[in-house]
Amino acid sequence: MSKKKWSLFTAIILVLSMVLAACGGGGTDEASKNTLVLTDKSEPPNLDSAKSTDQVSFQILTNSLEGLMRLDKNLKPAPGIAKSYEVSSDKLTYTFHLRDAKWSDGKAVTANDFEYAWKRALDPKTASEYAYILEPVKNAMEYNAGKAKAEDVGVKALDAKTLQVTLKAPSPYFLELTTFSTFMPQREDIVKKYGDKFALEAQNMVYDGPFSIDKWEHGVSVHLTKNSNYWDAKNVKLANAEVKFLNEESTRVNLYKTNKIDFTEITKDFADAFKSNPERFVLKESSAWYLELNQREGFLKNKKLRQAIELAIDKKTLTDAVLKTGSTPAGALVPPDIHATGDKKFRDISKEQVTYDPKKAKQLWEEGLKEEGLKNPVKIDLLGDNTTNAKDQMDFISDQLEKNLGVNVTVSAVTFKERLQRGKDGNFQLLLSGWGADYNDAMSYLDIFTTGQSYNRGKWSNAEYDALIQKSKNNPNFEARIQDLAKAEKILIDDQGIAPLYYRTRLSLLKPYVKGAVWNTTWGFFDLKGAYLDGK
Amino acid sequence: MVKYTLKRFGLMLLTLFIITTVTFFLVRMLPGTPLANEEKLPAEIREQILQQYGLKDPLYIQYFKFMGHLVQGDLGMSLSQNGRSVNELLSDRIGPSAIIGFQGILIGIVIGLLLGIAAALKRGTWVDSLASATAVFGVSIPNFVLAGLLSYWIGVKFGWLPPALWGGYEYTILPSLSLSVYVIAQVSRYIRTEMVEVLDQDYIRTAKAKGLAWRKIITGHALRNAMIPAVTVLGPLTVNILTGSLVVENIFGVPGIGNLFVESIMVNDYTTVLGTTIFYSILFLGVTFIVDVLYGVIDPRIRISGAKE
Repeated sequence: MSKKKWSLFTAIILVLSMVLAACGGGGTDEASKNTLVLTDKSEPPNLDSAKSTDQVSFQILTNSLEGLMRLDKNLKPAPGIAKSYEVSSDKLTYTFHLRDAKWSDGKAVTANDFEYAWKRALDPKTASEYAYILEPVKNAMEYNAGKAKAEDVGVKALDAKTLQVTLKAPSPYFLELTTFSTFMPQREDIVKKYGDKFALEAQNMVYDGPFSIDKWEHGVSVHLTKNSNYWDAKNVKLANAEVKFLNEESTRVNLYKTNKIDFTEITKDFADAFKSNPERFVLKESSAWYLELNQREGFLKNKKLRQAIELAIDKKTLTDAVLKTGSTPAGALVPPDIHATGDKKFRDISKEQVTYDPKKAKQLWEEGLKEEGLKNPVKIDLLGDNTTNAKDQMDFISDQLEKNLGVNVTVSAVTFKERLQRGKDGNFQLLLSGWGADYNDAMSYLDIFTTGQSYNRGKWSNAEYDALIQKSKNNPNFEARIQDLAKAEKILIDDQGIAPLYYRTRLSLLKPYVKGAVWNTTWGFFDLKGAYLDGK
Repeated sequence: MVKYTLKRFGLMLLTLFIITTVTFFLVRMLPGTPLANEEKLPAEIREQILQQYGLKDPLYIQYFKFMGHLVQGDLGMSLSQNGRSVNELLSDRIGPSAIIGFQGILIGIVIGLLLGIAAALKRGTWVDSLASATAVFGVSIPNFVLAGLLSYWIGVKFGWLPPALWGGYEYTILPSLSLSVYVIAQVSRYIRTEMVEVLDQDYIRTAKAKGLAWRKIITGHALRNAMIPAVTVLGPLTVNILTGSLVVENIFGVPGIGNLFVESIMVNDYTTVLGTTIFYSILFLGVTFIVDVLYGVIDPRIRISGAKE
């Protein structure tokens, strides 16, 4: 090739690549002043509210759709699309009266949209992985498992503006559930029109929430803009919001430092770097972590030995030096953000105590060993996931037990699948596990330790506990119910059915000019209805 | 030549078949399932969903079904992005990857060429040493380290270019540069070695003797012949760009195929992992094939020995 041809060739390629780059195009910085930019690790698999299972989807759906109720800034259910509701005296029937709300395309939001959405989520053909959250609704799970018909499900549009819901048992947390994605309305005509492609693109769906999605750039971001058809649009201050998808943590931190994004979650790798930074923001979540103690057979059937294990672990050091993401030591099972009744939290009603007492632990351990006819060093097997995070915790726990009790601990860090299997088979002595609630109520935690429940892998069993939980499932007196649940939790902890470790939280960075965004502790996302940018 | 080409092509298909088969069974060994909410899902619903994904069939049936679709160019439906096909996902993401990969190679070749020529012409001077140092640096520093450094220094500390994200042209510069460094190193070394050899040849002396301008000798005679062996490095370089893009795209938040690949592994999206692997393999095998054939065209000796095999 001659020199001329060479330079021509180079020029063509340069131009071509610039054109290509321009096609890949995207946002300019002009609009960024009015846009709140959040980040998440990956993009939502779809935005079909009946199917969503992940926090990215929940965040986008909560801000672009609205259910019967919406959580206010204190995370209490307040009227949403329903302007009012009545509850029957047996607390089994809820009648919701809908306001004159509109979808983003101008059509009215009707009671049918709710009936359709709930039944669609439950329809076995939809294959929703979150359908079980509709469980309080009468016959919901039966229909989902193919054992009942759609018309048996306890949700019915009496007319365009009235929705009647029948529950299978009194559930104080039902109203809160109606704020959740799976309970949000869907338009049958839109779902049918787009079929398989419904909610896969911004234009393949309609919105009845504070924002509508105006652009969904796959792999890059979802862009939200204020929905002028929203019934309470006058109280929505934020003009635009964007959720960018960035997998790499250091990338997100770099972008945060250069003000390209306003929020990013960080792991403990960056916890020290931002330790005293005022922009450090703890993301509370309803998540309790504990050791399950295998009580099928062997020495952990001895209560003193179980107690010694909990007393021998310094949980404060575990949360502050090992976890580093704001988690707090736990003395019980139900996390601090779980509601009781009225404005009270569950932990206000039942106080917890976190004790670390190596001396007493050692004493109990020696006594227990004598009763069991055993001698130190006893071998103990500690099972957990093979993630770095879980391994760090298990190493710490094993150090503590070896130091304070004089035992030999074998740590088994295994894959998620194997952990589930070994937990189910009882092939462990200590199991590091956690539970995140699906709804803001103590029952979500306490129910799993009843006899025969599959998550009760240590097989702790107590008749009084079982009776209290069973009673609470059908008790329409919610005050008495909470007292029973508190009593039950005390039995579980006093008998050392499990060894509580900590209440997990996550860590993030949030720019100080972001105001009014409400962090949802149960499901883990920001509600941006009342958010605004103060001097970005 | 035709026989040689056909044989190469056949080998390429065989390799592709083996890669696909091995990957198909390997992805199934990833811990977990594509279900997003596995621990809490009621058992009967779980079965039902796996049924719908076609994951309840015996593995060999799944394999034959997959291969059947594959020969028709259909990579199947993504397991994590419900309702979207892998073909669709790939075509969504190919643009950004192509841009940075293309620019990476282009920058690499242009700078590598200039550096190599300069080093050969100024043999033994500081220019030569500088070129050597650059080459050693380029080969030894992994591009994810370089990407991290570029993003931090140019993006965060100096603020000259965006540290990450995808938008206008300025967003493509740092990822392309990160990818190009290895190319610069390789190309400059090859060109230098070949140029030094060619410059000692008799025909260069002849050209000089007949009074040809020095620039003409370099571009018309020396460089042209020095470039022939350099074609061989194009294959390995493309591989480097491809594998490099996995990390570089993640570090710069480029919504390309490398990014998709990493994401799909994390959520156990079997079909997307498989589809992306096949895509990469085709690209890699394709480039190797073209280089092989091209080399035969440029250098007849290869073609002949190839035909004899």
